[in-house]
Amino acid sequence: MLKQYETVVIFSPLLSEDELKTAITGYTKWLKKNKAELVHQENWGLKQLAYPIANKHSGYYFVMEYKATNELVGTLEVELVRDNEKVLRFLTVLLDKYALKYNDDKRAGLVGKSKKVSSTKKVEAASETVAPNETNS
Amino acid sequence: MAIDKKKDIKFLSNPNLGRNRKKYCRFKKTGIRYIDYKDPAFLLKFVNEQGKILPRRLTGNSLKFQRKVSQAIKRARHIALLPYLADGLK
Repeated sequence: MLKQYETVVIFSPLLSEDELKTAITGYTKWLKKNKAELVHQENWGLKQLAYPIANKHSGYYFVMEYKATNELVGTLEVELVRDNEKVLRFLTVLLDKYALKYNDDKRAGLVGKSKKVSSTKKVEAASETVAPNETNS
Repeated sequence: MAIDKKKDIKFLSNPNLGRNRKKYCRFKKTGIRYIDYKDPAFLLKFVNEQGKILPRRLTGNSLKFQRKVSQAIKRARHIALLPYLADGLK
């Protein structure tokens, strides 16, 4: 039986944009090839890590949501471990019915979205105010 | 005169001052069923300055949602959205 999973992957910040794209499409294509149904994918871009992983302080976050069998998830994780030059860390989570509803609502721009948008806006505004100072100094 | 004195004694301190406000579970109250581990700004409400998970004693969460909160915080820590150890997080 297919269950819905969500995998967050942190790619190394040393990758170029093309390398990152090929890595991401590699995984999504691999999923499709193995009869998994890709529901959603999201690229968060380069983000600051809360603590250094493998002496790196930032990473490219990528989230994919898919329906797959539990065996396939195991093989996907093996692939991710093998790809340890590009992948700093990953986390796969089985989504329950509440999580599915939450993710659907989030994509529709409903629950919690307004709160999130305001917080990200604040962050952006803060980074914008910080950036010119850095250039000045 | 006697009545005035009694009144003074009665209102020397506010009798409502020491009374605790009843704690409640915010998830039950607002109807949140799923706690997103990818939202560190929200999870920050349930950790202290050092990044430790706050006890139910302080947050008032029900046991069911305290479990979900702690699970979400641990997941967020794993994908480096929240720190394992911090100093002056807030």
